[in-house]
Amino acid sequence: MIRTGKLATAGFTALALVLAIGAAGAKDKVKVGFIGPLTGGVSVNGIGGRNSADLAVKLRNADAKAKYEYEMVVLDDECKPNVAVQVATKMATDKEIIAGATHYCSAAAIAAVDVYHKFGFPVIVWGAVLPDITYRNKYPEVHRVNGTMINQNDTNAALISSLGFKTVAVIHDTTDYGKGHNKYFSAALAKIGKAKIVGTFGVTADQQDFTAELTKIKALNPDVIYFGGLTPIGVRIRSQMDKLGIKAVFDGTSGIVSDAFIQGLGPLAEGTLAFREGAPTAKLPGGKFFMEKYAAQKYDGAPEAYGAFAFAAMNMILDSIEKVGPDRKKVIADLGNVKDRDSIVGKISFDDHGQNTVAAITKYVVQDGKFVEWDESEYASGKRKLPGQK
Amino acid sequence: MDLGLFAQYLMNGLMLGMMYALVAVGFTLFFGVLDVIKFSHGDVLTVGAFTALATFVGLQTLGLQSPWFNLVVMLVIATLAMAALGMLIARYLVMPLRSAPALNTLLITLMLGTVLRESVRLFYPQGANPKPFPALLPRSSIDLGEFNLRLDNVLMLAAGVAVIVGLQFLLNRTKLGLAIRAVAQDEETARTMGINFTAIVLITFAIGSGLAAFAGVMNGLYYNEINFGIGLYLGVIGFSAAIIGGLGSIYGAILGGFLFAGLQTVGTVLLPFASAYKDVFAFAVVIAIMAWRPTGLIREKISERV
Repeated sequence: MIRTGKLATAGFTALALVLAIGAAGAKDKVKVGFIGPLTGGVSVNGIGGRNSADLAVKLRNADAKAKYEYEMVVLDDECKPNVAVQVATKMATDKEIIAGATHYCSAAAIAAVDVYHKFGFPVIVWGAVLPDITYRNKYPEVHRVNGTMINQNDTNAALISSLGFKTVAVIHDTTDYGKGHNKYFSAALAKIGKAKIVGTFGVTADQQDFTAELTKIKALNPDVIYFGGLTPIGVRIRSQMDKLGIKAVFDGTSGIVSDAFIQGLGPLAEGTLAFREGAPTAKLPGGKFFMEKYAAQKYDGAPEAYGAFAFAAMNMILDSIEKVGPDRKKVIADLGNVKDRDSIVGKISFDDHGQNTVAAITKYVVQDGKFVEWDESEYASGKRKLPGQK
Repeated sequence: MDLGLFAQYLMNGLMLGMMYALVAVGFTLFFGVLDVIKFSHGDVLTVGAFTALATFVGLQTLGLQSPWFNLVVMLVIATLAMAALGMLIARYLVMPLRSAPALNTLLITLMLGTVLRESVRLFYPQGANPKPFPALLPRSSIDLGEFNLRLDNVLMLAAGVAVIVGLQFLLNRTKLGLAIRAVAQDEETARTMGINFTAIVLITFAIGSGLAAFAGVMNGLYYNEINFGIGLYLGVIGFSAAIIGGLGSIYGAILGGFLFAGLQTVGTVLLPFASAYKDVFAFAVVIAIMAWRPTGLIREKISERV
């Protein structure tokens, strides 16, 4: 007994010494998480988001006033629900990780929210737009900095109707994301009542050939083809429309707002409509700051449409940890009470579902190989016309 | 149904069927000589398409603008490169496993497929994005009511038919073809007759992989877009087409390819519950056909089991 006691004392002394040296030399390490699609068709957006979140962590670590040193654990959800559940479980069960900025893909996010709730892991969604992610349940763990697809589809339907288009064919992918877009767009269009939907086509998210669907659409001869899905199949559908000689307006969602869409199509992208929550990155309150810092890191890719949101989400997590310490429960409590908090994407307020209430939607049209804000485009001023526009 | 519309569906189906058939023929060739299933076949197609695209970019930087010349160079380089890749795969992955269970070959090539696919994504510049593929064929088209007859589609179909006829000629009318058929029928006897077994296997893999490169370029020209995932889907469908046609039979593979394209088109056009279920429909029919004729629609002339 005496010997053990001595040993223990020696041990404790050693431990205390190590701790003392540690405290003097470095800050405590705290782990935070990031999940996004890093492989697969939409990986550009995932990597843009990861870089942006990484930037938030790097800037914080460079800040001498920060209380902790942060390490970001990155996992890949591949934009697939089954993989999302796996990586979400992996992250949520690792007690060293305090909180995470998670998911670009709605199909992945909606599959993972139950996991976060079960393990009490606070997350802020940085890119997925399906309303159900925050609104289906009332999980205190789940928050979202970007808006939902309800608002963007309202704006979309309003623009189509006001431009005088009468008939719309809908193509959507059959994931929760595409189905959600179809649901909210159809409802919004019906509510306005000026244009009607002549056909709805569900397609798989990795389909290559759309000629059969598009031939059917050609026979229906719609003014507009609405597309609820992501960039890779958006590129294919637009390009195959041209092959079949379909002249309708291509009307997309936030899912196609990426440089990859324009690179994939070249001149064919011209006149494509798209909608996204929030202002363009350059016009955000902290947009210039963000772009400068991002460029300084020389990442191997652009931040893409949702990079600023990923940065804001990670920054909020770091703020909370600085404020209440590395404790999941305290972070959840802190994030449950966010009102008018400043961020590079503007003021953030979470409602009782953890949803940031941003109503602003930006309308885009592709003009000369760029996503240009609709109101500033030559299409809005009447200098150019969309196909079939009066 | 409107006649023009019907013609358009037919054209779509034929183009799709041609690509499936070209992939299926590869599966059938490999199975013929070695009784193996090479699952990386679809991804060889992807690499072929990207090789052609890289060649095109190279030719552009050299300032060569003639579309016909560029297309021929792209086809030649892609086909030769994939033929070489096919030989390498056969020599170093497939042949060493000959005495192992066939399942091992299937697994190792399945994994190789993933390696190829992810390599394209990681090492091709911006490889994760969909890439525009240049439209090198004449773009003129005739509008016949609902039917948009495009010259490039006609040319591609004709080229596909020419390649398949050429392959038939090679297999049935040349000494090389005779050797391939001899190896397919009975390896031991073929060896005793003085046929260089290894050389024939390598050549067969080269031919099959070259066909995949051709199909990859055709895929690019048809859709004007390629991405690192095209081969996965085409591989699965090409494989299924080869199975329903009867593995080992060239005609069976071609028949299977067009049948599959036909099923998908019918699934989209005629089924009331929209297009979301077209693959479910097509694969369900394939399952039914396999239950009905387990050895495929066209059987190998000499069954393996005899």
